[in-house]
Amino acid sequence: MQQSDARYGTAPLSAPAVLATAILSLAAVDGAAQHATAFDIEDGARAYENVCANCHGPDGDLIAGIDLGRGMFRRPLSDDQIVDIILNGIENTPMPATPGISEAQAREIVAWLRTSAANRVTSSDGGDPERGKMVFEGTGQCLQCHRVAGRGSRTGPDLTRIGLLRRAAELEVALLEPDALVQPENRTYRVVPRGGEPVVGRLLNHDTFTVQLIDADEKLRSFDKGGLTEHGFVASPMPSYREQLDPQAIADLVSYMSSLRGIE
Amino acid sequence: MTQTNRISLVSTVALVILLGGAAHAQVGIERIVAAAEEPHNWLSYSGTFDNQRYSRLEQIDTGNVGRLELAWVWQARSLEKFEATPLVVDGVLYTVQAPNDVVALDAATGRIFWTYHHEPSPDARTCCGRVNRGVAILGDTLFMGTIDALLLAIDARSGELLWQTEVADARANYSITMSPSVVGDKVVIGTAGGDMGIRGFVAAFDAASGELVWKFHTIPGPGEFGNDTWAGESWQTGGAAVWNAGAWDPATNLIFFGTGNPAPDWDGSTRRGDNLYSNCVIALDADTGELAWFYQFTPHDELDYDATQVPVLADIQWRGEPRAVMLWANRNGLMYVLDRVSGEFLYGKPYVALNWMDGFDEKGRPQRVPGMVPTPQGTLIRPHVHGATNWQPPSFSPRTGLFYVSHWENSGIIVTGQFPTPIGVNGRQTTMGQVNLEPLFNNDEEAYGVIRAYEPATLEPTWEFRMSDITWGGVLSTAGDLVFGGGKDGYFLALDATTGELLWRASLGGQINAGPMSYAVGGRQFVAIAAGSALFTFALPR
Repeated sequence: MQQSDARYGTAPLSAPAVLATAILSLAAVDGAAQHATAFDIEDGARAYENVCANCHGPDGDLIAGIDLGRGMFRRPLSDDQIVDIILNGIENTPMPATPGISEAQAREIVAWLRTSAANRVTSSDGGDPERGKMVFEGTGQCLQCHRVAGRGSRTGPDLTRIGLLRRAAELEVALLEPDALVQPENRTYRVVPRGGEPVVGRLLNHDTFTVQLIDADEKLRSFDKGGLTEHGFVASPMPSYREQLDPQAIADLVSYMSSLRGIE
Repeated sequence: MTQTNRISLVSTVALVILLGGAAHAQVGIERIVAAAEEPHNWLSYSGTFDNQRYSRLEQIDTGNVGRLELAWVWQARSLEKFEATPLVVDGVLYTVQAPNDVVALDAATGRIFWTYHHEPSPDARTCCGRVNRGVAILGDTLFMGTIDALLLAIDARSGELLWQTEVADARANYSITMSPSVVGDKVVIGTAGGDMGIRGFVAAFDAASGELVWKFHTIPGPGEFGNDTWAGESWQTGGAAVWNAGAWDPATNLIFFGTGNPAPDWDGSTRRGDNLYSNCVIALDADTGELAWFYQFTPHDELDYDATQVPVLADIQWRGEPRAVMLWANRNGLMYVLDRVSGEFLYGKPYVALNWMDGFDEKGRPQRVPGMVPTPQGTLIRPHVHGATNWQPPSFSPRTGLFYVSHWENSGIIVTGQFPTPIGVNGRQTTMGQVNLEPLFNNDEEAYGVIRAYEPATLEPTWEFRMSDITWGGVLSTAGDLVFGGGKDGYFLALDATTGELLWRASLGGQINAGPMSYAVGGRQFVAIAAGSALFTFALPR
């Protein structure tokens, strides 16, 4: 993913730019989307539902590592490349060719995807990423649990790429209601080994017989469920910032986290 | 086929065995019919035509299964889901490297004899992966359906193409993922594409020439019985695809197939009516393709409850009398006992939590709960779109008399015309048989996978083995009183067939998307299962 290319719909945007993008959504997208009419985009949405949604889901985020609704692909793709993939599929992957549609229809789908991606970056209105960074590293004490570009703790989720992974609205919910939208890999799990002390950590994986977590000392731990007297989920240690930070600080924080798009 | 024929065929098989059987003998239809008599081989998708997926090999049993160890692994050069059940014929194992490469391996070592590569047309389109569930064999010829809707005949010894025929037009969204059924001198096969506007059918081809012998449309045309169960012209694109293996009962010469959902999937407004023969089991005369009977599990389905599970045929005591029945754990959350001669509904009941029906009428038609249909606002439906079970094959053990089914509990909101997301499932992964090992569920209590043993007379479970995640893995039972199965978390399991106790497990590092099978070479029993992109075999230490 190229981090600074607005045509992928995921570039870091200042608050005014976000507003501008929301109002003039087609300005942030290129190729097919630039020349697409509202009717084309509407047709593209319908074609997406008929052709793509069965596997990719209505929001385009059902397949790991791909979030079509936010312009996130496994690698940067031009409009022409996406059209080619829609029509011809990707060899040796589950992505099939779609011979039943025309190139024009494929371009309408791309227009819809680009517009959709641009329109979704709207929830950090009024936030300032520079101020947000100060909150993140200062009063918010976020680095006590989280890590960004090699700084901070590993006990919470690494947020270096969080702007690629979560919408601004989701980030806002995570700050205000931390238990509302916890991803499976970020849940907090507590185990009690037979004859041992309880261990609490962030759940990394689990299956019928075992559980894997990273504990408070940042150690990777794996347990056989048969050797545990107790095991199960507990509430997230992430505090709600609803009372701790004012709305402007929340907007700044969201704006900063939305700008986190990997190591430059 | 008459009873007299069957006896003489068994004698023929006995003669073959007495003559040694070391040479690669042709797999005549008599051997396939009497496959249970040569349990060292696995001659069709489920081992036998009744789809019991029961191995009469007993070297591996409850007492020694704990010592089971890896025999060999074959790594497919494919990133697709590995859904094929292998065949084994006299020491040669045949399987499919998805989408459509046939591979012949030494069943004792896993070394490759030959590979046949098929390059599917770019027109091929599949709903849920470019997969294949296995080949069929007759004589010295292997048969495979392809995702570009061809039927191929391949020489089992050389791997050379003998003939190919177009089953349907791939450009019109027809594809083939199922294992074909060999019946008499014919190869019977259907197509996938039921979610993409096809008109489903099942067709028989001459095994020697590839010529079409008969074709049965699973949606009746104008003037035929049942066409009026489709509003307007909706019959032309109504789906009802046949995309999983059938069963054959030589005693009646009937073949049985389950049919898929009607299309569009989650919106029935354009196809008012029962939508025959979608979501049915159809019984056809194997010689002519004429319909003998049908039973519709889910009339006018708007919940994507394909009835494409493999029909399991069993002879059981039913209400004190011996009866030839068909056992069916359906995607719609109901389990059934049907008379397989007449099609009579004998019994049915839910085997998971469900809310779309609340009973049957006297003919076995489900009574719908008002309002339990997709709506623009969304309706909470149990079981969810992927169903209580799906295509993965179950098993019936004549030794224990139990019916073994792998399935899951789940629910989800279904919105009119939209692809649904199950509740409890995290939204970052497709649920159509993923190829990774990440946990699927956000909430372990809202949904889980399970292998259960059911008593056919009551359809009550006698035991269960619960898994932390869903399962797309089938089930094998054996004469060693074992049940083999597995799940999305990549464990291959051996359970006590009577109690469900876990006796052995192996972590295979890849999701299980196939049914287990068993065979023997040189007196050594193997159990095989595909997981991730590889085929694993296990045996006792030498």
